[in-house]
Amino acid sequence: MLIRKLTKVLLLISVFTIALYGCSGRKEDTNKSMTPANGKLSFTELTKAAQSEPTYGGSITVGITQDLDGLDPHKALSAGTKEVLFNIFEGLVKLDYDGNLVPAVAESYHISEDGMVYTFTLREGVRFHDGSLVTADDIVYSIKRCADMLTPKDPTVIVESALSVISDVGSTSERTIEIRLKQAETELLPYLTCSIVPKDYDKLDTKPIGTGPFKFLSYTPLQSIVLERNDQYYMEDTPYLDQVTFKIFSNTDTAFMDLQGGNLDILPYITDSQVSQLPKGYHMESGAMNLIQGLFINNKVEPFDNKLVRQALCYAVDRQAVIDMVAGGRGNVIGTNMYPGFKKYYDESLVNVYPYNPEKSKKLLKEAGYPNGFKFTIKVPSNYQYHIDTAQVIVEQLKQVGITAQIQLIEWSSWKSDVYRGRNYETTLVGLAAELAPRQALARFRSYADNNFMNYINPEFDALYKQGEIEGVEEKKIQLYKQMQAMLTNDAVAVFIQDPYQMTAVSDDLGGYTYYPIYVQDMSLVYYYKQEFESD
Amino acid sequence: MKLKVKTCHFNYILGLLITSLVLLMVLIGFFYTPYDPNEMNVALKNNPPTLAHLLGTDNFGRDILSRVMKGAGTTYIIAVVVVIIGGTLGTIVGTLTGYFGGWFDEVVMRLNDVLTSFPSILLALVFVSVFGPGTYNIIIALGIIFVPSYARVVRSEFIVLKERDFVKNAKLMGAGSFRIMFIHILPNTRRVLIPALLIGFNNAVLAEAGLSYLSLGVQPPQASLGRMLSEAQSYMIDSPWYAIAPGLMIILTILGFSLISGGMENE
Repeated sequence: MLIRKLTKVLLLISVFTIALYGCSGRKEDTNKSMTPANGKLSFTELTKAAQSEPTYGGSITVGITQDLDGLDPHKALSAGTKEVLFNIFEGLVKLDYDGNLVPAVAESYHISEDGMVYTFTLREGVRFHDGSLVTADDIVYSIKRCADMLTPKDPTVIVESALSVISDVGSTSERTIEIRLKQAETELLPYLTCSIVPKDYDKLDTKPIGTGPFKFLSYTPLQSIVLERNDQYYMEDTPYLDQVTFKIFSNTDTAFMDLQGGNLDILPYITDSQVSQLPKGYHMESGAMNLIQGLFINNKVEPFDNKLVRQALCYAVDRQAVIDMVAGGRGNVIGTNMYPGFKKYYDESLVNVYPYNPEKSKKLLKEAGYPNGFKFTIKVPSNYQYHIDTAQVIVEQLKQVGITAQIQLIEWSSWKSDVYRGRNYETTLVGLAAELAPRQALARFRSYADNNFMNYINPEFDALYKQGEIEGVEEKKIQLYKQMQAMLTNDAVAVFIQDPYQMTAVSDDLGGYTYYPIYVQDMSLVYYYKQEFESD
Repeated sequence: MKLKVKTCHFNYILGLLITSLVLLMVLIGFFYTPYDPNEMNVALKNNPPTLAHLLGTDNFGRDILSRVMKGAGTTYIIAVVVVIIGGTLGTIVGTLTGYFGGWFDEVVMRLNDVLTSFPSILLALVFVSVFGPGTYNIIIALGIIFVPSYARVVRSEFIVLKERDFVKNAKLMGAGSFRIMFIHILPNTRRVLIPALLIGFNNAVLAEAGLSYLSLGVQPPQASLGRMLSEAQSYMIDSPWYAIAPGLMIILTILGFSLISGGMENE
């Protein structure tokens, strides 16, 4: 009896195997319709855009792989939350897809010559999602909330430290707001993208109200957040869609399975292997992610308090090999903590400071007193397969110079509490998402910064940073920023690896998916193609 | 009747055959693998089985055969230690409660019930999230979780056996409780205990696979069957050989041990 059962089981297994092999035959087809990795628009999309117009209406489902850590825009920390809230909230100004700041709630602005006073004129007829008009009071309140100037203070608000230069915010008339500063600051504008919320509204955590292209409809933790078209949006031609559902998954694999089942229209951050498994009816779009992926080091713990050890690590990591291995070559090697997207400020030459050189690395280790290498732990958030893969390659590379690295997978929430806030780690492999202002990428390295989780302490750097804050001449500012970047690279604060490409699976029925230089999913530009939509 | 004996016998032999084959592979894996199981090679990413790489390569170009050999070793060691911990503690608890009975039995067995009332994977999850993931922690977690089942098996045997004549004789001859428990009664529980240990081994293999699959157990890049399955998941369609190898290894292990323990019980 049992034998017969056994043969049946074995038969089943072999049939299953054959069936799976059969599936892999599709690979080539999808590859053909795939796009070169550098373009913003895919080939299929370009041809389609030529023949079909965008239509209004329709609803889509977007997969995200991280639950939101709150609905209050001033309290959200994760990039994964901000990229969704981008659709609901807007600031006085707003970033567009080219990285320019464009007026949003404000219609225009003026910066006084000495850089001490910013004056904004409100756009007429901007309404909150509940229908009420946005007043100067709301704006003063919102900025004060971001800058921690309200009394009583709300300790859960994540204070934008760049706004601490504000001495006073006030409205001079119904439609003019004046922001006066304690000291000259020429780069404050990017931080004034801080979300505008209704004054004294206490339900932001549960029923957020903003001025963005989409209204909040509902949120079920661990399941989904649903947004609805804001009919009163001041931009007349957007948004196109009636409803957007962000469906929450615990990891990319389950999300991708849902995509393969045809339940998702857009799935960002798909992996290299998933690209080759895209089902029919989807194509891949890609762009630079503007993420600094690196092996970030706690500069305070032994043996990493020794600069030579950190430099040895840098020499021991072959960054191009990492990119080839985990991303099929889709990524740009970086050498410092600046996003290549900020072209003006980014110092490209720093990529070559630490070329792959295991011999040099061994020599440095010997010099530092670790001729036989040492052991350390890399903490990696368990929900980012990309970072886990990268860590595995690095572990293997470090073996060549006698360093034993161990990977420890931790929950995203404990990464935030233990590593980011608690600074209780040796090294961690994550990506730091692009912020609004180029200086923000450098701000976390000030000795006294709250988010200086790498414990980098260098008074010289602090001094340069202070200089950069008040420098009004663009060329000099760029000079200072490059100096700071070089300092970070030479001190080997971290092993900076790459700015990965971001790949998104998009349904062939949809157009307008746009990459931003920061981490956002702008749904206001997404639309259904006319023909495709009707034929379906 | 005759036929039934024959099938049992056959199952037993087949089980032994499969198990020894699998064990042989794992044993060799401790000393020799065709390639370094952690060595990466971009040129060999996701290659199907070839003569050089009999089971193909994974997404890092690592040899899957080597990884299965090494990984199964890791999984087996974890399973064996878990069964040793759970089996020893469980036997002691079962022996004492079964032999002495009374309020002691009541208290300990109720505690046992509390432990069994939670799904074991949930308990393991709680344990691991408190003490952190890692090989040692899952061994301890699973070891503790396995105690109640052995305690129960041993206890019920003891309750039956302690009323038997040979125990009464030993008592009349003045043997101490300790001697009766461990020298006279315990060896007689082997008919039930050994199959239970074998099944326990199976469960431990599955539990390790489950926890590592949830990235709570063995940490990358170390290979274990569960870890490999978890990593292979994203490549199911593209490179099925990656998932099939560790999966088949788990199936064969469990099949072999089940056949042996089944044969033993019927003997």
